[in-house]
Amino acid sequence: MTNRTFVLTCLTPLLIFSLAFLAFPLIRLFLASVEGDNGWAVYLDIIRKPRYINTLVLTVLVSLATTFAALAVSTTAGMFLVRNKFRGRNTLLSILTLPLAFPGVVIGFLIILLGGRQGLVNQITPGHVVFAYSVLGLFLGYLYFSIPRVLLTVMAAAEKLDPALEEAARTLGANPFRVVIDVILPGLMPSLIASGAIAFATAMGAFGTAFTLATNIDVIPMVIYTEFTLSANIAMASALSIVLGVVTWILLLIARSLSGTTVAAGG
Amino acid sequence: MPEAYPAQRLQQEVNLFKSKTKLLQLTVTLTACAFLLIPTLMSVLAGITVNYFKGVSSGLTFKWVLNVWELYADSIFLSLWLAIACLIVTLIIGLPAAYGLARHPGWLSRLLEEFISLPLAVPGLALALALLQLYGTLSGFRTSWTFILVGHVLYTLPFMVRSILAVLAAMDLKTLEEGAASLGASPWQRFRDIVVPNAMPGILAGALTVVTLSIGEFNLTWMLHTPYLKTLPVGLADSYASMRLEIASAYTLVFFVLIVPLLMAMQWASARAQRIAQ
Repeated sequence: MTNRTFVLTCLTPLLIFSLAFLAFPLIRLFLASVEGDNGWAVYLDIIRKPRYINTLVLTVLVSLATTFAALAVSTTAGMFLVRNKFRGRNTLLSILTLPLAFPGVVIGFLIILLGGRQGLVNQITPGHVVFAYSVLGLFLGYLYFSIPRVLLTVMAAAEKLDPALEEAARTLGANPFRVVIDVILPGLMPSLIASGAIAFATAMGAFGTAFTLATNIDVIPMVIYTEFTLSANIAMASALSIVLGVVTWILLLIARSLSGTTVAAGG
Repeated sequence: MPEAYPAQRLQQEVNLFKSKTKLLQLTVTLTACAFLLIPTLMSVLAGITVNYFKGVSSGLTFKWVLNVWELYADSIFLSLWLAIACLIVTLIIGLPAAYGLARHPGWLSRLLEEFISLPLAVPGLALALALLQLYGTLSGFRTSWTFILVGHVLYTLPFMVRSILAVLAAMDLKTLEEGAASLGASPWQRFRDIVVPNAMPGILAGALTVVTLSIGEFNLTWMLHTPYLKTLPVGLADSYASMRLEIASAYTLVFFVLIVPLLMAMQWASARAQRIAQ
C-alpha cells in the first residue's frame, strides 16, 4: 500500500459518515423546506406572518440582551481574576466554569429553583414573585449558559494583554474609566466580538433551556419544535431550521476567525 | 514563579478593598459566582431533603436518590452505554481522519474539517430534524439506540478530530515518518508506532470531551429518542415536567455526580494537550 492510498484510506470513514449523516440529511432538510404547499414562499412567510416575525424579533432581542449582559459580567470578572492573585481565586474560577458541562435543560431547572413557584426568590421576598417562566427567566437561563463560555475566551485574551500599557496610561493621568475605554477594551476587542458572537448564536439556538422555561414564550427553537411535532408543518419547521442554522454558522465562523477557539454551541 | 511572601500577599489582598474600581469588580465577580452556585446548591440540597417545601428542618434523606434509581436506572445506563459507544466510534473515525488531515494540509482538508464542524454551529434541533426526515421512515433504524448514537457521534466527532489534529499539527510528523520509512516501516506500522503514541494527549483530551458531551447531550437526543429509549438528560426533562421537586432535584444530583468529575478531567486533559500543541 503506498503512502497516498494509506492516507486516503484514513479519511474514508470520515467521508462516508459525514456524507450519510450530515450532507444528505441537510440536503433533505433544505428540500423539505421548499416542498410544502407554498414552495419557496415559505421563506417569505417567516418575515410576512406576524407569528414568525414576532418570534424572530423576540429571539434576537433576548439573545442580544444575553450577549451584552454576559460580556459585561464576564469581562469584569475575567479581568479581575487575571489581574489579581488572592486566596480563593481558584475556587471562584472553578465556580464560574462549572456550568460548562450543564445541558440547557438542567440550567432551565436551576432557574426554576431560583424563580419558580417554589423558588428561592418567591420564598424570601414578600408577595408573589415568579419569573422563571417569563422572558426574564429565559434571559437568566441563557445568561447562566453564556457566562462561563465568554469568561474563558476573555480570560485567555486578558492574559496576553500587557499590564505595562495600563500602567503607562495611568502615569499619564488617565482615570480608571478612561483606561478601560482606551486601553483594555481595544486590546480585548477581538475576543469580545468572538465570545459575543458565540453567546448570541448559542442563545438563538438554545433548545434545552427554552424547552423547560419557555412554555408560554415563542422563541425560534420552540416554534420549530411545535411546528414539527404539533402542527406537522414540516416545511416551516425545516425553513426556520435552515435560517437558524445559517445564522448561527456565520456567527461562529466570524468568532473563530477572530479568536480561534472552539466552544460548543447548543443548550 | 516563586510563591509570594505571606505579608506581601496580605498587602495585595488589603489593596483589593482600598480601590473602588477593584471593589466593584470583586462585587460583580462574587454576584456572578452566587448566581451560578446558589441554584446548583439548592438543587443538591432539595435532592436530599425530606420535604423541600418545609425546608431542611424536615430532615435529610437518601430516599429520593433511591427513588430516582428505581425510576431512571435504565436511562442512566443507556447514557453510559451511549457515551462508551460514541467514544469508540469517534475514535475509529476521528483518529485516522485527524492523521489524514494532518498529512495533507490544504484547502480540501480545510474544507472537510470545516464541514464536519458544522454540528458545532448548527443547533442540534435542526440536525435532528434533518436526520429524522431522511431516516425517520427506516423504522428498524429509527427505533434503535444506534439512531441516537448517530446524533451523538455527529455532535462530538469534530471535538475528537480537532483535539487530535491540534497535537499532530504541532509536531514534525513528516520528518518522524520519513525516518521510520527509511528504516523500512510500512504506513500502517508508522501510524501505529509513531502517530498514535505521539497523539496520545490529544486523544485523551478528545475522549474525555466526547464522553462528557455525550452524557449531557439533550437537543438532538430529545428529537431522536423513543419512549423506550430515554437517556439521562431526556429523563431529566421528563422528571422536571412530571415529578415532584425533590425527585427532579435528586436526579439532577445524580447527573452532577457523574458530570462534574468528567468535566474536571476534561479541562485538565485539554489544558495539557494545549500545552503540548504549542
